[in-house]
Parts: sequence; C-alpha cells; structure tokens
Amino acid sequence: MSVLVIAEHDNASIKGATLNTVTAAAACGGDVHVLVAGHNAAGAAQAAAQIAGVAKVIHADAAGLAHGLAENVAAQVLAIASNYSHILFPATAGGKNVAPRVAAKLDVAQISDITKVVSPDTFERPIYAGNAIATVQSQDATKVITVRTTGFDAAAATGGSAATETAAATADAGKSSFVGSEIAKSDRPELTAAKIIVSGGRALGSKEKFDEVMTPLADKLGAAIGASRAAVDAGYAPNDLQVGQTGKIVAPQLYVAAGISGAIQHLAGMKDSKVIVAINKDAEAPIFSVADYGLEADLFTAVPELVKAL
Amino acid sequence: MKILVPVKRVVDYNVKVRVKSDSTGVDIANVKMSMNPFDEIAVEEAVRLKEKGLVTEVIAVSCGVAQCQETLRTAMAIGADRAILVETPADLDLQPLAVAKLLKALVGKEQPGLVILGKQAIDDDANQTGQMLAALADLPQATFASKVELAADKVSVTREIDGGLETLSLSLPAVITTDLRLNEPRYVTLPNIMKAKKKQLDTVKPEDLGVDVAPRLKTLKVSEPPKRGAGVKVADVAALVEKLKNEAKVI
Repeated sequence: MSVLVIAEHDNASIKGATLNTVTAAAACGGDVHVLVAGHNAAGAAQAAAQIAGVAKVIHADAAGLAHGLAENVAAQVLAIASNYSHILFPATAGGKNVAPRVAAKLDVAQISDITKVVSPDTFERPIYAGNAIATVQSQDATKVITVRTTGFDAAAATGGSAATETAAATADAGKSSFVGSEIAKSDRPELTAAKIIVSGGRALGSKEKFDEVMTPLADKLGAAIGASRAAVDAGYAPNDLQVGQTGKIVAPQLYVAAGISGAIQHLAGMKDSKVIVAINKDAEAPIFSVADYGLEADLFTAVPELVKAL
Repeated sequence: MKILVPVKRVVDYNVKVRVKSDSTGVDIANVKMSMNPFDEIAVEEAVRLKEKGLVTEVIAVSCGVAQCQETLRTAMAIGADRAILVETPADLDLQPLAVAKLLKALVGKEQPGLVILGKQAIDDDANQTGQMLAALADLPQATFASKVELAADKVSVTREIDGGLETLSLSLPAVITTDLRLNEPRYVTLPNIMKAKKKQLDTVKPEDLGVDVAPRLKTLKVSEPPKRGAGVKVADVAALVEKLKNEAKVI
C-alpha cells in the first residue's frame, strides 16, 4: 500500500511543512504520493514533483479547491483515500482543519501531531501541552495522521522526479464559501521554519516597545519574531506570531525569550529548540528552568546591548 | 434557533501534570479539574448570541464520568439554559471519534442551528471533535474562530490561520470551533451558580443514543518528555554573546 501526503501550498509553491510531512510519510513505509488540491495550482504540483522521495503527484484543480475549504478538500481526499494505508497532513491550521473530517468519514480515529513513527501503526505524540508523550497504536485499517513538522527533518525540495497525474476534481459542496483574508505581510523568515527566533512577552509593555526592542535584534540575527500569548492578547504582536500549545510549535537552532515568564503553555511550543536563551529580570521565572543560557537583566537595556554586541 | 455547546472536564490548565510511574497514563487522581478553557469561550459566545436576541436556547453537553455534571453546572452558571450529560464509565478511554458520534446523535435529536465547540481540549490536545462532528452530520465547519457574526440563514466566521486571518460564510446549520481570541469568558457569580443548580440537567447513556464508544486508538504507554540539561546563568550580555558564539556555536 502507498502513503498519501496532502500538500500545504499557496497554489504557486509548496509550503515547507509539506517537506517534513513527506519525511514522516516515508517512515510509514511504501510509496509516497502527494495530493495537490487547489485552483490554478500547476506550479505547486510541479514543485511537489521535485521533492526527493515522492513517487507520484496527484493534482486536482477546481475553483472550489481554491482556498482549502475543509468540505471540498476533504471530499477530494476521500475520492482517492481507498488507495492508501496512511493519509498524512502537516499539523498546520490547514491540515488540522481538514484531517479530522477525512478520518470521521472513513470511520477511523485520527492521530494528531505525531512526533515519531515507531512502526507503521504505532506513533508518538505529545499530550498535556507536551508534558507527557503518549505512544499510541492505531487499530484502524487506514491511518489518518497530522504531523508535527518540528518532529521530522524536511525532505529535500529538489532532486525528485515524480510523475504527475491529474485527478478529477470533486464537486463544490456549496455549504461554505470564502469571503476574504488578511495575511500579515512579513519579509522575515517564516516562524515555523526559522533557524533563529526572538520572542517577546508581556514585559515589553506596548506594541511600540515590542517593535522598537525586538525588531533590531531580529534584523541583526536574521531571525523570525515570535510572541507569548500574553503579548498577543495585550495587542503587542499579531496572533499569528504566538508560540505555544495553542499557537505555533517551533524548534529553531536558537530561541531567545525576552520578557517571557515561561508558562507551560508557552514552553509546549518551544522547548524542543536546540539552544534556549532567556532574558528576564525575575530570577524566579520558570523560563530559566529550560534555558541553556539565562541572563537576569532588564530586557530594555540587555536587548539593545545584545544588538550592539553582535 | 438553538445552540449546542459541548464542554469537556479536563485537568485545570494551571496544574503541572505528572506521568504515572507505571507509564499507563497521567496521574489525575486528586488533581483540580475545570472546564476546558476553549469550551468556556464557546459557552460565552453562545450566551452572547442569545443576549443579542439571535438565539432562543443554549444547551450545554458533556460526555464522560458523572463528575462532568459540575462542568455542566458551570456552563449553566455562565448562561446555558439546560444541560445534557452523556454518562460513560470511569474506566473508558473516550476518544474524539466516539464523542463526535455521540454529539451527532444529539444534533439529530435537538436540531440546533449552530454547534460551538472549543478548538481543542488541553488534555489530549487532539483538535478533532468539531471537525469530526461536522463531517458525520454533514455540516459545514469553521474552525479556530476569532469572530462570529450570525444572521438568519448563515453565519460569517473569521478564522485564525497560519499567517493571518480569513473569513468564511457558512450556511446554517453549521459547526464552529473557538480560538482564544474569540471573547473573554465572564466570571460566574454566586447568584448565577445558585440559579444554575435549579436548571434542567438530563443524563443519557451512549446506548440510549445507539453509539459505540469503544476506543480505536490504543495507548501503549505514556512517558515523561526528555528533560533538558540544566542551563547556566550568565553575568552580562558580553558573556552571553561569547557563549552563543563559542560554546553553542549558534550565531
């Protein structure tokens, strides 16, 4: 049996999360096929065919698939699901939206946010905000899975030469429609793919201070900017920067937490980072218990000093 | 229009859970339990829609052990009109697919115009139930909602997606799951807790609804996550830069 990966894409190119999901799919065994469901998504399908380790790309193109509506994408996946033993989605907002719909229609349990493939039917996944790791075994014929991208290396984006096959697009379910979107513009590396992340918390005090203090440091390091939930809720940073159990899960080489106390919900999103630096004036802050290097200092003096020293 | 709001009793979000020494699970005996935070947001949203006069009745539902009644009383203290407990045995591992099937049966019975759930429970972190319910009941879904605008025959929902926000329009009935920024749940007051005790709470069993709740995923073991080695505190910025450059070699 083969393994199906549902590509995350913007119709023109493949998003990074797809590459990690391909690696997880290869670990499940069998040929890896990638479904690119979208509208005018030939570019994305071509990019998917280049991914190392992909045997076949299935391209479904229709207006109803343009914005990744769960009803339509799930129907498209279900149309080809019977050919596969495993169906994997990246655990992104898009994948989490569609995967359970597919699982329920197949009458199988979904396995969320896997961090390791132990065997083709056994997987590891974090529970309780990452405070425990569960090893679960699926009893179902088809495994529907979402993949925590930080748990797997990215497959090489080039070097593959998969055949591309066109699939008949399923009809628009007609129960939901896309109205519009507001995408935050950023020249920075994408948060979940960045090698270095500098993250700010409530201690920054205002949106102006957040930008004034964090931006130069991010610029200097070529880093993505993240934020704690407290900073996002206070309006200092947009919510798509939130790192944590309910925000983005990241695992960069270097994570700098400035003015973040380190609640368990935040730690759940970043404690797999290679090196963690904490800058906080509260010596008792829980963030120091996971930090490789802790600096007990006022971030308003320490961060500018750090920018100068780099 | 009725709104159905499923709520889950979970370990309070402030509790640092411990893995049992025999690796069979997490120790939840004598631990403080509360309503899942995303579900509080769901109840709050339903009650606000009722306060705006768009909704006639808010029904809270919970699936699980008898103590879930407390969670339902909390939902009714926030403003839900009545509650349904689908009571399951204490030793049953109740999984999202089973809950979605139970909820589907209740949707068939109660015919709500809208079902509002939390986006995920903070214990199993699955983020599945709402989507599964929508699939089983063949309803449109809008997950991770940060804004809900209800009209007579449709609902407009702004969703939190990677990179920003998007807005969808769904025909009713529909399923919505809440994200953190949808609203700020109100505190329950003592008079409302007292009033909630008098509200109707019906108990049913999965058999009454004709649903098989047997678990489909087998948990082989639950272990502690790998511990990070103890870090060091550095004296000043210069020492930090020196460590990052020469010891960690990350910049």
